[in-house]
Amino acid sequence: MSLPLLPGTAVSAADTAWMLVATALVLMMTPALGLFYAGLVRAKNTLNTFMMTAGALGVVTVAWALLGYSLAFDKGNGFIGGLSLAALAHVGFAPRPGTEIPQLVFFAFEAVFCIITAALICGAVVERMRFTAFLAFMVIWSLAVYPVLAHWVWGGGWLARHGVLDFAGGVPVEMGSGFSALAAALAVGPRKDYGRQALLPHNTVYALLGAGLLWFGWFGFNGGSGYTVGNPGVLAFTNTLLAPACTLVVWFLLDLARGRRITAVGAATAIVVGCVAITPACGYISPTWAMLLGALGALPSYGLILWRPRTRLDETLDVLAAHGLAGMTGIVFIGFFAQAVWNGRANGLFYGHPKQLLWQFIAAIAGPAYAFTVTFICMKVVGLLLPLRASDREQALGLDVVEHGEEAYTSGEGAILVSPEELVGEGLTG
Amino acid sequence: MKLIIGIVRPEKANDVLEALYRADVRGVSISRIQGHGGELDRVETYRGTTVKMELAEKVRFEIAVSDPFVEPTIEALRQGAHTGEVGDGKIFVLPLERAVRIRTGDTDEDAVTPVGG
Repeated sequence: MSLPLLPGTAVSAADTAWMLVATALVLMMTPALGLFYAGLVRAKNTLNTFMMTAGALGVVTVAWALLGYSLAFDKGNGFIGGLSLAALAHVGFAPRPGTEIPQLVFFAFEAVFCIITAALICGAVVERMRFTAFLAFMVIWSLAVYPVLAHWVWGGGWLARHGVLDFAGGVPVEMGSGFSALAAALAVGPRKDYGRQALLPHNTVYALLGAGLLWFGWFGFNGGSGYTVGNPGVLAFTNTLLAPACTLVVWFLLDLARGRRITAVGAATAIVVGCVAITPACGYISPTWAMLLGALGALPSYGLILWRPRTRLDETLDVLAAHGLAGMTGIVFIGFFAQAVWNGRANGLFYGHPKQLLWQFIAAIAGPAYAFTVTFICMKVVGLLLPLRASDREQALGLDVVEHGEEAYTSGEGAILVSPEELVGEGLTG
Repeated sequence: MKLIIGIVRPEKANDVLEALYRADVRGVSISRIQGHGGELDRVETYRGTTVKMELAEKVRFEIAVSDPFVEPTIEALRQGAHTGEVGDGKIFVLPLERAVRIRTGDTDEDAVTPVGG
């Protein structure tokens, strides 16, 4: 069949078909993340937590289409992209340079990355940040932080020019969200009862189900990041199976060594940590090294997750440990074990190219530094316009009722129907 | 010997438990209940359906104590559950006819006095 809208022959139907599926898989990761996070908070904040991730589906997509995509993927300079792709200008059926897929698909695939990355940050501020303030924050963040980091490694920015390898987003997605989460938690402050009362997950099944769906979606996330059904896609896909499995096993062992019992919340966390660790490396290292990365990746994140709750830092759902630190592990690991026979691009220190390690280190410092600093500023700017925090009384009541006028687990008992006229007449508010 | 029933906001239940612990009151049962104490109705909307929630989640404490513990218990419930807004709850004090500890068969004052307490 001829496709007259495709100029030339550079578009591959096979690659395009896979990228359409991969994009849908990654889109699903955002509600999966909502489920994962919602299970980890208290029952009275279930909907609010889920809505913070769902909010990204709306506001971040719009910001990305209007401006973010261009800032990340237009040529521009070494720091940030230009504006020639803003508002979807020139984004059509012609292939994205460097790939054999239409730029429209490339745009959509990168959009769902930005969505889930912005949504990830809410884990640091759930149960006390105001919903509208978080929406505003996500808009600013997905224009000021994400596109810059994405440009550095994927849009022809300075890290890319120095050969930094980041297959599916160790810098923009994982370290980007993790270190932004740290800044967000510091800017918003801890929950009212943090450190005073036990604030426990209310539904561990949600957390496990969410983590499982995240892993499923991650096959599109990593497997699609080669933009092809060829070798890079295949390698990334299978490494996405192997590495998290090894993380899970090591996490089991760590749980056993520490408490003699293997925990479900731990398992859910391990799946995420393993997927994160392999994300930057999945298309660059052999399956054997991927298994080692999965196993090693468990250690720093496990340690931080144990230590963090003993501090005053209420980075509530440990985005820094699960994403920031695990992403950093993956980025640095590439510097040691990248293998040109597998990736067709570059070797790491272990295969005779020490400079690769140096630049992976630089990426592992520059990315977090930028994400942390600019996110902190973004939060403070939003704080000037809107109150960031719910009051103590509102936190006590739960943000489901306060922010949304809905409950996740309403019984319906004692609920009396109100007609719209009655509402206005009595001046009732939520 | 009295049975003290305290109906409090769920978000204050932990504060109440803490206050009771400080007052050396042991032996507490709690249950989640729904009630209405004159507070403003909460309005919720689900698609086109708007409802007034007449019943609010509450936590009910039941504490059987010997006479010297009656006032400290009431004080702890008040302290822990107080916010100053309508809907803070109520405390009821009832005479208690008999109490039996199932394990030992202790009755009355002995039964409501914590072991080793």
